[in-house]
Amino acid sequence: MAQALFPPLGKDLVGLEGLTREQIIGILDTAEPFKEISERPIKKVPVLRGKTIVNAFFENSTRTRISFEFAEKRLSADTVNFSAGGSSVAKGETLVDTARNLEAMRIDMVVIRHSSSGAARFLGERIASNVVNAGDGKHEHPTQALLDMLTIRDHLGRLEGVKVCIVGDILHSRVARSNIIGLRTVGAEVAVCGPATLMPARIEELGVTVFRRVEEAIEWADVLNVLRLQLERMQAGFVPSLREYNRVFGITEERLARAPRQLLILHPGPMNRGVEIDSAVADGPHSVILQQVTNGVAVRMAVLYLLAGGKPEAAEAAKTEVAL
Amino acid sequence: MSRVLITGGRVVDPSQGLDQVLDLLLVDGQVAELGENLTAPEGTERIDARGLVVTPGLIDVHVHLREPGGEHKETIRSGARAAAAGGFTAVVAMPNTSPPIDNPAAVGFVRAAGMRSGGARVYPAGTITVGQKGEQLAEFGELQEAGAVTVTDDGRPVMNAGVMRLALEYALSFDLPVSVHEEDLNLSYGGSMNEGIIATRLGLTGIPNAAEDVMIARDLFLAELTGGRLHIQHVSTREGVRMIREARARGVRVTAEATPHHFTLTDEAIESYRTNAKMNPPLRSAEDRDAVRQGVADGTLDVIATDHAPHHYDEKEQAFEDAPNGIVGLETAVGLSMSELVHTRLIDLPTLVERMSCAPARAFSLPGGTLRPGSPADVTLIDPDLEWTIDPEQFLSLSRNTPFAGRRVRGRAVRTLVGGVTVWTLPSR
Ligand SMILES: [Zn+2]
Repeated sequence: MAQALFPPLGKDLVGLEGLTREQIIGILDTAEPFKEISERPIKKVPVLRGKTIVNAFFENSTRTRISFEFAEKRLSADTVNFSAGGSSVAKGETLVDTARNLEAMRIDMVVIRHSSSGAARFLGERIASNVVNAGDGKHEHPTQALLDMLTIRDHLGRLEGVKVCIVGDILHSRVARSNIIGLRTVGAEVAVCGPATLMPARIEELGVTVFRRVEEAIEWADVLNVLRLQLERMQAGFVPSLREYNRVFGITEERLARAPRQLLILHPGPMNRGVEIDSAVADGPHSVILQQVTNGVAVRMAVLYLLAGGKPEAAEAAKTEVAL
Repeated sequence: MSRVLITGGRVVDPSQGLDQVLDLLLVDGQVAELGENLTAPEGTERIDARGLVVTPGLIDVHVHLREPGGEHKETIRSGARAAAAGGFTAVVAMPNTSPPIDNPAAVGFVRAAGMRSGGARVYPAGTITVGQKGEQLAEFGELQEAGAVTVTDDGRPVMNAGVMRLALEYALSFDLPVSVHEEDLNLSYGGSMNEGIIATRLGLTGIPNAAEDVMIARDLFLAELTGGRLHIQHVSTREGVRMIREARARGVRVTAEATPHHFTLTDEAIESYRTNAKMNPPLRSAEDRDAVRQGVADGTLDVIATDHAPHHYDEKEQAFEDAPNGIVGLETAVGLSMSELVHTRLIDLPTLVERMSCAPARAFSLPGGTLRPGSPADVTLIDPDLEWTIDPEQFLSLSRNTPFAGRRVRGRAVRTLVGGVTVWTLPSR
């Protein structure tokens, strides 16, 4: 399954922008053999033994942090968690200071989550360690998009030609951006749907179709990737009320029932049940939301392994080495 | 008696319709005579200007000197010297310091520090409102008496239209121009760059053109209503240029600025979150940039100003959204303007001198902007064909925040005289 033509990822994974189709498929292929490690009684392989990884979370995200931590631990890396969410220091100062400190500590890899777009690139340009973007502002969240793609491929057997519509707050979503870029690179068709107030300027120029009505999106799509509606968007006036949002843009059973084909339902979590997605859909037969979580660990293992210099074709062999 | 004779230069002075090789005699800080083959007595300082352009001193009506409160970025002294090194003989210092220049004592401080600087003349601006809060008018009469040449809340707009109306009306008593930074804060809120595809790609919140346009429209109407003197700072949008052109045609008293960065760059300069290309108003689209260039060419944007905005290295060394707005501009303005406007044949050299000297002097009723006998002996010597590379390390400004580092430009001020005294000469000459 591994690709012979896998161009190395480079030092950092800041986003999916700039990656080739071969690189993205290579990451997904590398994740495949790693999936199985999570099924073992001893969920550990020595792939990153002796490597030190810092999870620098300047913005809270328990899910993503835990997923990365599992990935790191299953690869036998030494990990340190650093969260500055409640820090009184100004964001920017912290970032520069963090870069200097990390550099001084000779860390091998840094997983960074930050509320400012460009933060991961900023860090990557200033330190020698590998940097993995775990979400920067409204820019990218590459590992989320990769796990979404892996999940879609698991179920549909392909990515090329698959029609994926991302529904919800596209304006503030790094998940949407990474999905658009990644999916288009591997040949999927991508659409977005949501209130015009939550649509970025000139989004069509990224090569996506824009649907104003969720009914049209459902009619068109094979896959719906339903985004979380941040409740503060309502307070900021982007949508008039959660009730109206659910009525107009919510993914409900009734709407799905009218779909011409069975849709795969993804959601990056955490969900607002009854707002962007109804419980019946979230827990229904077409939802692959929990599998996304499982795939998240495998994809992150693949990314860390590849940035550390691993090759996709060696992943299978690497994981069969006996862990201590 | 001090005498300076500048010989053999191409004298370009649009205020007198002059563009010919002449000698220029400066006596005791004033222009004494312009003519061919002038003679001067023993002891006269002679400056050979053959191959150079001799212009009335350039005037920058929009600079931030950061003193008081931001002396690590720039001081009045360092800013005035940087101005001289850029070919400017006079600058108007914005009042958004900390504390702001909203009272006569503060105006006096800026003026006095400017006089001691040994660089360009420094004309203070006072605020429109007390503390730049946008609420209560500052004491324009007192500010002017202390030396303020304009009032502005630059850095911020005056959001309350009623207050803006009163400012334009009240300023009429003193014939003061009211300079405005046009931005509807409700529309620009949270934005850090131009709204468009680049912002969408980078995941940065955009500032739409409309944030500037609605305020330009409002203030043009208010200037029309009141008959006040409106000066619109750093115009960045095509719609803004169009509205100013139309308003001027129907007789509104409005002057307006173009900055070298807005007529040179687009939002593509931000590339991968380059904070040295972050400014407000933001770099816009190619259509906007072209409209600004056109506005300079046809005189709609009658003034070129730099919006020189120094920041310390550390302050720009941040994630894009957290970094402050602004770039330094005093020492790059002539090179960029010559390269982008004159050498591209969009405008001729006399038009550039008009935009950088005569028009700014008129817009703010400043001395200078002319080489007529009896005027201040403020003179800039420009080598129009000197090619050079912009190197921030050579700046006299205390700050280095420019997106133009490493850029090749053609044309440079090589000598600057203020009141007949050379305050700066290009070292290599
Ligand atoms: Zn301004």
